[in-house]
Amino acid sequence: MNIHASNVKTDKQKSRIGLAIADGDIHPRPKSSTALFPYLATRWQEHLSTYGLIPRHGYQVGPAYPKGNPDASRRDAYPPGGGAPGSDLDFMRAQLLDSHNIELGILNAITPAPGNAQNPDLAAAMCRALNEWQVAEWTEPEPRLKASIVVPYEDGQAAAKEIEHWAGNPNFVQILLMSRTADPLGQRRYWPIYEAAVRNNLPIGIHAFGYGGYPVTGSGWPSYYIEEMSGHSQCCQALLASIILEGVFEHFPTLKVVLIEAGFAWLPALSWRLDNHIHKLKSELPHLKHTPSEYIKSNIWLTTQPMEEPSRRKHLSDTFDWIGWDRLIFATDYPHWDFDDPSEALPIRLDETKRKALFRENARHVYGV
Amino acid sequence: MFYDMKPIDCDVHPAVPGLDALLPYFDDHWRETLVQRGMHELNSISYPNNSPLTVRKDWRPAQGRAASSLEQFQAQLLDPFNTRTAILNCLYGVQLPFSEDMGAAYARAVNDWLKREWLDKDDRLRASIVVPMQSPELAVEEIERLAPDKRFVQVLVLVMGETPLGRRHHWPIYKAAERHGLPIGVHAGSSYRHPVTPVGWPTTSTEDYINQSIGFQSQLASLISEGVFKAHPKLKIVFLESGVSWLPSFLWRFTKYWRGLTMEIPWVDRPPDEIVRDHVRFSLQPFDGPTNIDDVERLFEHLGSDELILFSTDYPHWQFDGTDALPEGIPKAMLQKILIDNPKSTYSRLQETG
Amino acid sequence: MPRHVVATVDEIPVGKRKLVTVDDREIVIFNLNGEFYGLLNRCPHQGGKLCDGVLAGIVKSENPGDYDYSRSGEIIRCPWHGWHFDIRTGQSWGDPDRVYTKHYTVSIEAGKTLVEGPYKAETVEVCVDNDYIVIET
Repeated sequence: MNIHASNVKTDKQKSRIGLAIADGDIHPRPKSSTALFPYLATRWQEHLSTYGLIPRHGYQVGPAYPKGNPDASRRDAYPPGGGAPGSDLDFMRAQLLDSHNIELGILNAITPAPGNAQNPDLAAAMCRALNEWQVAEWTEPEPRLKASIVVPYEDGQAAAKEIEHWAGNPNFVQILLMSRTADPLGQRRYWPIYEAAVRNNLPIGIHAFGYGGYPVTGSGWPSYYIEEMSGHSQCCQALLASIILEGVFEHFPTLKVVLIEAGFAWLPALSWRLDNHIHKLKSELPHLKHTPSEYIKSNIWLTTQPMEEPSRRKHLSDTFDWIGWDRLIFATDYPHWDFDDPSEALPIRLDETKRKALFRENARHVYGV
Repeated sequence: MFYDMKPIDCDVHPAVPGLDALLPYFDDHWRETLVQRGMHELNSISYPNNSPLTVRKDWRPAQGRAASSLEQFQAQLLDPFNTRTAILNCLYGVQLPFSEDMGAAYARAVNDWLKREWLDKDDRLRASIVVPMQSPELAVEEIERLAPDKRFVQVLVLVMGETPLGRRHHWPIYKAAERHGLPIGVHAGSSYRHPVTPVGWPTTSTEDYINQSIGFQSQLASLISEGVFKAHPKLKIVFLESGVSWLPSFLWRFTKYWRGLTMEIPWVDRPPDEIVRDHVRFSLQPFDGPTNIDDVERLFEHLGSDELILFSTDYPHWQFDGTDALPEGIPKAMLQKILIDNPKSTYSRLQETG
Repeated sequence: MPRHVVATVDEIPVGKRKLVTVDDREIVIFNLNGEFYGLLNRCPHQGGKLCDGVLAGIVKSENPGDYDYSRSGEIIRCPWHGWHFDIRTGQSWGDPDRVYTKHYTVSIEAGKTLVEGPYKAETVEVCVDNDYIVIET
């Protein structure tokens, strides 16, 4: 039984952070399986109704691993008027934007995720539909929200075309990719996307999830959802290693990449490991002119959710020090179940500079807003 | 100099010089078939023979294979490091063949070669039993065959195979190892049934190597989630050449999810960091820590326990220069534990045979 | 300890719950088979409202693959990260030594005694013929 939120506060709650904040990861969702039809040609409407969006895993509908909560969402995020969590703008305004004093919310539309589709033409059509839907039903009515351009990323050229279509449109501040792709994201088939990003001065957001077809570990498919959730960290580490080692930042030095919803505390160890071994193996990577940690410190940002929870707060603050207070963007991941509440999630006290950086300025800088 | 303490080196790699060296240890059928079919060497792409990482430059002989003879070991490792005991982890790719029977035949040959050419010839040496992960049944047979020889102190598997290590069909291997007081040594490397990264095939050997520590994280999640330690309470697992610095942040994330998902894995009835402290150990090299000494100290605080790390050189892989096998910044108070006590309490057979 | 009258017994049928406010604190009252329990409406993890959570049982296992289920409906799961709390004690399931949520002593009083006695009815008008739920803070 889902309990509908009984006491949603529609007036601004007193925010303990004390400032209007940015939220680096919000998930809007179409109200129904036909909600995108107004934005799709008849041919694709029929295709979807007949065959569906076929992903690279076994289920027609639903994720490869069953979630801990239905729709992977907070149980109190179901809009009173009906529909899935994240599908009602008014409810999102009340429960999220107003309640937490959010002045800038970055939308990452991942349900549905057309980039996953086996059929590349369907993927391209649905991406266009999803982007038009975001503008019409979210960012135009609500100026606090900015969207990410959803692209059919397995086809680099088609993705670049979709980016060019929206270039210059102020509703969009980011290009959205998923983390689990058919090949590691540093590889050349994806470079047309990075080229288009740099040409149009847009950051790339890489969000945890997606189904490229490979198991979520290098040793095959694990049994449990908890392993898949833990596994997003491993996938993100692998794709980051790929991006660096392939020389993406050497080729596109101004490219900004935001890693979304994979946590962040794993980054220092990966950075140390990369630096440690690169110097021995540089004959294999002659194209790299900087160390991995240098690329990370200049081109990579991460959202904070799901925030790791060491039992000693000092360990979290050590981790922030190692990564750099200018590189982390606070995010709630609303309406998902592993939501981070801005007034509760961070157990360490921050001085004003760090608080502003984490909760607003870093996002403003990266997204140019 | 810490080498006065006579360290126990928990990860060194004898190289099979070539199939010819192993042929005497196969039975007639396998000897004939491997020769007549022109069988190639089981050299895994995990460690390309001439890669700078695979063999440190000054350990590379002018001719022949590095680390393939006892003389090389004695001159380059055992004597200079004043080694008390070194545990041989042979990485000849017995897990690579798809045929279970072929994998098992190779495993038998490698283990017998280790006995005759290494263990019989230098008292400082101990070894891991190489097992064919292709078949748990055949792996158990090999453990049973060799366990009576107390110079075998561990069972060796690769970190990446066909299915995650925690899966129940592997459990007969863990049961046999537990019964004999043998830890399972999980070593970097793959049988390449899947791309070595969780997002597809890499394009460089460097990328492959970097992904090994990522693979260990996935396997730790599997071993804990599947309840391997619940079902085998005396089992110890040693992560070899896994990197160490990733452990604290992994546990923070995994424990956070465990708190909300206990109904999925109800047999995980205590916090994951306790499970790791009781059952999992890490060889020292590569440590993959920060270069700044203050940060190394902070990292050790995050690690929490002084019982986790076992000294290793990872010879002949290139992890350090000269004899600088201890990363800077390791707390002096921990040296005795890292160099001697932790290896001894992890490998109970070391206590018996000294 | 101050006692507060918060509801009539028949307002909370078996298996249901009611959110009440006492001294600016939100408290959820649960009816487990005729027995009443109160928990602070706030998950100790990140403040999720327990009144919006689902009821569950406990699953234990001594042997991977066995799922020993019991105490159906006696656990409340936080609607956010799904932490489990024993409604009777507030103890978390999963990390009981380190985590719990505040629970309150709840009792039933006949209307008659409340009308006569010294207790103040904070939120509910008391009528002699009913039974009332009273909590201590």
